[in-house]
Amino acid sequence: MNFSFGPVTLGHYLSLGGILFALSVIGIYLNRRNLIVLLMAIELMLLAVNLNFVAFSHYLGDMAGQVFVFFILTVATAESAIGLAILVVLFRNRATIDVEDLDALKG
Amino acid sequence: MNTTSALFYLFSAVLLFASVMVITARSTVHAALFLVLAFASAACVWMLLRAEFLAIALVLVYVGAVMVLFLFVVMMLDLNSDRFREGFWRVLPLAGLVGALIALEMALVLTNGFDVRQAPAATAVAAKLGNTKVLGIAIYTQYLYPLQIAAVLLLVAIVSAISLTLRRRKDSRYIDPADQVRARKADRLRIVPMKPVIEPRPVPPADAASGAKP
Repeated sequence: MNFSFGPVTLGHYLSLGGILFALSVIGIYLNRRNLIVLLMAIELMLLAVNLNFVAFSHYLGDMAGQVFVFFILTVATAESAIGLAILVVLFRNRATIDVEDLDALKG
Repeated sequence: MNTTSALFYLFSAVLLFASVMVITARSTVHAALFLVLAFASAACVWMLLRAEFLAIALVLVYVGAVMVLFLFVVMMLDLNSDRFREGFWRVLPLAGLVGALIALEMALVLTNGFDVRQAPAATAVAAKLGNTKVLGIAIYTQYLYPLQIAAVLLLVAIVSAISLTLRRRKDSRYIDPADQVRARKADRLRIVPMKPVIEPRPVPPADAASGAKP
């Protein structure tokens, strides 16, 4: 991978996606108590994956990558909608979204 | 360093800054707003990759719908953000180690495998139709069946989200119109056949009646 300030290559986009993914993993570790920020970190992860797909699709000249990103966006939207609905029900029942308080299963 | 490179570095810097702020912001509302910024700059990066439709879809779907939903939920819930910050930086060494390992592994894989410098020139058909139309043709011909499954998935998501959060108020009294329409005469009035019961007329005792009269 060439990190010179020359023309942007596929490696630049892939490293951007990799850094973004690593940042969201760090975010999951840091915000392990706040369920909403955990959901946001998962959204960031999906964004990093989508960025890689779009970069490959552009540099390899294949449209299938962008079609896949389309489906990932669909699934991610459904996931966040259901996740937030579960969060609201959880808050209604327990009055907290702190992960440490959710120990009813004794895990 | 041409304009595309400069724009790429600018948008990547904004994207990485915004995502760092998302995971370290003190208030959850600020985290959501920085996530909006991250999605917007990611859409700009996708524009540089000539994926116009997906970039606009990202702004419309994520910034316009999902992040509004996030902000709505964050503001609806009464969160005490101080409790979430206890021991926040304590796991930073472990988290940084895992993150650096992930980035390093990805760099190891990507350095050897994918050294593509130049994007292939757009074919004549793609240059004439544009990204949106080419994507639409691909989705509606070759990937039609997955598209239908995605549509059903969205329907399932709608139904499940509504049924999860729907609740009936216990303290309100109301009449169900369907029950009203379905009501028949037999539900309201029950005719019971029974024999007439004739009670003998109570006869007042004669002496008590005459004695009481003045």
